[in-house]
Amino acid sequence: MRKIAMAASLSVFIAFLIAATLVIHPFGYPPSQMDDYIIENAQSETGANNVVTAVVFDYRGFDTLGEATILFTAVTGVVMLFRRKKRE
Amino acid sequence: MMSKIVRTISNILSLFIFVYGLYIIIHGHLTPGGGFQGGAVVASGVALLIVAFGSHNIHKSLKEHHLSILESGGALIFIGLAFGGIATVFFYNFLVGSSIFGHIPPSGPNPGDIWTGGVIPFMNLAVGLKVLAGLSAILLVMALATSVMEVEE
Repeated sequence: MRKIAMAASLSVFIAFLIAATLVIHPFGYPPSQMDDYIIENAQSETGANNVVTAVVFDYRGFDTLGEATILFTAVTGVVMLFRRKKRE
Repeated sequence: MMSKIVRTISNILSLFIFVYGLYIIIHGHLTPGGGFQGGAVVASGVALLIVAFGSHNIHKSLKEHHLSILESGGALIFIGLAFGGIATVFFYNFLVGSSIFGHIPPSGPNPGDIWTGGVIPFMNLAVGLKVLAGLSAILLVMALATSVMEVEE
């Protein structure tokens, strides 16, 4: 009974994957117009020649804040793990 | 502590590595790179110094709690700059068009001008400070821990 349920759910999952592969967007044609907008307007809106930096620090600045927080947490953990005991 | 040849060469070479990392940080809005990458380059220079001179000699002049103060300061500057544009939206670039880093480059390929980018150069500096201090603190603390283990063995 359990094997039958597993096989049924697995076949449904695989069928879903195949269906999703058939209707996926072709490579190089994303579903949104966001990239064209950023390429055309990044220099005039942010003043940065490097469009990647303009995206990372301006359009998606909140994501960079998350990355910085991850680094902060990692450093905090490592320093706490390797802290040295004072000699007495 | 390595031999005298290694110490001399790494003493000279680390300065060039630091200058290259600072170049990558400061030119983040013009060339590939930015705060994260430049900070990692500077931290690799610190790693070279730690390998060449030994972690205890580096620890005399570079303490890990100073590094964590630098890292927290970089994070605070970054969040403060993000809150600077809160009048419009979080992370709004409020310095574009002003007199500080406010030039707007022409659209399309152009040779680039350091005095552009608005708030982005300051954010690059803050993130670069944060990354170089954080990675250097990790390297220093780990090197100190391993050297203490060697002495105990």
